[in-house]
Amino acid sequence: MPLNRKIAFINLSSGDVDIKPIPLEVRKRFLGGRGLDAYLLYNHTKKGCDALGPDNALIISGGILTATCASATARTHIMAKSPLTDLLGSANMGGFFAPELAWAGFHHLVITGKAEKPVYIYAHDGRIDIRDAGHLWGKTTTDAQWAIREELDDEEIKSCVIGPAGENLVRYANVMTGIKNAAGRTGMGCVMGSKNLKAVAARGTLDIKIAHPIEALEYNKRFIDQITSAKVNQTQGTLGTPFIWGATNSWGGLRTRNFQYNQCEYADDIEPERLDEIAEETIGPHHMTGCFACQVHCRAQYKIPTGPYAGKYDEGPEYTSQGAFGSLPDCTNAETVLAGNHLVNQYGVDNLEIGSMIAWAMELYEKGIITDKQAEGLDLSFGNDAVVLELVHRICMRDGWLGDTLADGGIPAAEKIGKNAFDYLIQVKGMNNLHSDERATPALALNIATASRGSDHLRSRPAIDLYHLPEPVLRKIYSNPVPYDGPISSEHTAYDGKAWQVFWQENCYMAVDCLGICKYHTVFLGATLPNFEDWPKVIYYNTGLELTSNEIWDIAERCNMIERLFNLREGLSRSDLKKGDMLNHRYFDEPCRRGAPDVVGRVIDREKFNRMIDDFYAHKGLDENGVPKPETLKRLGLENEPSQLL
Amino acid sequence: MEKVLMIDHEKCTGCRLCELVCAVKHDGISNPVRSRIRVVKWEADGVYIPMSCQQCQDAPCQIGCPVGAISHDEELGRVVVDYTTCIGCRTCVSVCPFGAMNFNTVDRKVIKCDLCDGDPQCVRFCEVKAVEFVNAGDVSILKKREAAQRLYAAENRSAAIHSEL
Repeated sequence: MPLNRKIAFINLSSGDVDIKPIPLEVRKRFLGGRGLDAYLLYNHTKKGCDALGPDNALIISGGILTATCASATARTHIMAKSPLTDLLGSANMGGFFAPELAWAGFHHLVITGKAEKPVYIYAHDGRIDIRDAGHLWGKTTTDAQWAIREELDDEEIKSCVIGPAGENLVRYANVMTGIKNAAGRTGMGCVMGSKNLKAVAARGTLDIKIAHPIEALEYNKRFIDQITSAKVNQTQGTLGTPFIWGATNSWGGLRTRNFQYNQCEYADDIEPERLDEIAEETIGPHHMTGCFACQVHCRAQYKIPTGPYAGKYDEGPEYTSQGAFGSLPDCTNAETVLAGNHLVNQYGVDNLEIGSMIAWAMELYEKGIITDKQAEGLDLSFGNDAVVLELVHRICMRDGWLGDTLADGGIPAAEKIGKNAFDYLIQVKGMNNLHSDERATPALALNIATASRGSDHLRSRPAIDLYHLPEPVLRKIYSNPVPYDGPISSEHTAYDGKAWQVFWQENCYMAVDCLGICKYHTVFLGATLPNFEDWPKVIYYNTGLELTSNEIWDIAERCNMIERLFNLREGLSRSDLKKGDMLNHRYFDEPCRRGAPDVVGRVIDREKFNRMIDDFYAHKGLDENGVPKPETLKRLGLENEPSQLL
Repeated sequence: MEKVLMIDHEKCTGCRLCELVCAVKHDGISNPVRSRIRVVKWEADGVYIPMSCQQCQDAPCQIGCPVGAISHDEELGRVVVDYTTCIGCRTCVSVCPFGAMNFNTVDRKVIKCDLCDGDPQCVRFCEVKAVEFVNAGDVSILKKREAAQRLYAAENRSAAIHSEL
């Protein structure tokens, strides 16, 4: 049974391991994956705990459907207090790790303490071992994974690991599995590094009995047909996420030169079609690969064609690497995007964050805020490809004053650099935004402002807002399973009804993160993909758990509220520029300079933005300061948190 | 008409959905050790190769079985294990040249591809058609067509190069 997967509490200071079942009562309240992780984090950390101290809890999990006969249950979720934001840390990745962990008997690992010397955790068939990792320390993310397989003489082992960036406590180091699957955001790799934890390896041969196998199999087939018939997924399966870059750049939604432009010019060499050509030339016609049990296969394989890294095999680049090593620093060479992608994968660092930090440093240099002395001989001019790649090395190795400073994350770095450096940092809650520009899209601006892990598109972005879908279609999607009769608008530049869309997406994405499935299998980029009405059956057939659409909605709302409770406990406040639901002033003050006619000249209207926040808080049952009302906590059954059920 | 699994590893994305549905179809359980088809990977090079039973004509498993538990099912073109006779000695596992005869360590019995009695689930679920179920006599003609297509494409490319010169 999926529901008999266990939770292991692992204390790296004492070496104690405590393995427990997950009570059904807890499942019904938090399901699994990210939702249950949020509950565990809130219950297993204390207010103000040091993100890099032994008291921080690092939680690694699969979802309730992981490795069952449902579509694309590949996601691994990682949660801890973030060393980048000092608020909620949370990151999610595909690949093959979470299913292996489930076959090994576990859904959640709660890791506390700090090992005296480098170790790795090995979860296998109901057991947890803590093993020496002295020989793995210093290795790149892939070398470390292959070394674990060699040491344990088992090619089927799946590991999530940190690279040198995590070891060097780069505040936005990630956790990786496979070639390029990355739990990228909020510095979860830095937390692993702080615990002297190089890797978590898993190998499992334990049965996961499907509650109703024939129905699960047939429903999965229906699901897959629904998912693969969506045009957006067919495009993903051909070009990967880069296709988003092409579309977004054409209408003017990409941060360029940090935040000075919203469209990258002369970028033919990094357009999705060009990257696809390189993949075809270096790998062959069948160069797309996928995560566990997924038929979207959105990940390209490639070899770097030219330059100092010529011949290196890697996967991607994603939309995010096109931004990080393309539009943000205004570098328009495919070689830089592909090499940058390779370097971040090997070092184990968040491509979004490092790309944003580099572009920010370049703008500061242009403005004379970073001096030549601080630049340490580097010409930080926009479009300087070699310097961008050099900075990746310096940041990940904390090499020199500039590398070390930028490795600390935006807010600490702004203090060290001085002057008004902070004003140019495109961040929310201490985490940089990805390379998208939300000035023309209020819904998307509200999403990044209120996302629980800091500026981020994968917590609540109503991406379908860009499609100008007819109002009845939008109303149908956004009235399920909870009726909504407020305003709704097909216009992506409008403010009306956007707060509800963001609220709905927040619950939708929380639900899939609890299930452990990928967001390409729900209403994210495609309007026809499965959502609340489809999940009760897939949950029932696979686990036997009977939940209605409304109950799943309630669970998602509850889990989102736990994340908010955590953030409030750690200092979140509505309008705080560094710890609030607030955007950088540039969103309100600097008009878009390029793009489509309905984009040029756009800014976010401060007053309307505040009203969206008011509405969003009202939908969530928060007061005007963003604090849950007592009746909201009562409705969600959260009035007694922390409740220590686990 | 006899049909066979035709595997084109170049098309395989390595997702292992075939393993999942194979195990669930046969045993109602998700567990790769129960799957009759397995995707062998060289991840560092991005190479994924699905491996399953070839349903050999002169099957070493059948020839080697000391109790005669393995036979050829002419109708469906498959090699089958009779579990009432099988003693679980695993001779078939050791002689199979493809590693396609598996030993399920949970139920402690040998398992192999039975073509799902004519409706292989690995084929049904593989959208990229890395695994297909085709008439036994058509495999070579399909491969000929693909090879010819490559030749044709190469010829066109070389013609383009010549015209540029």
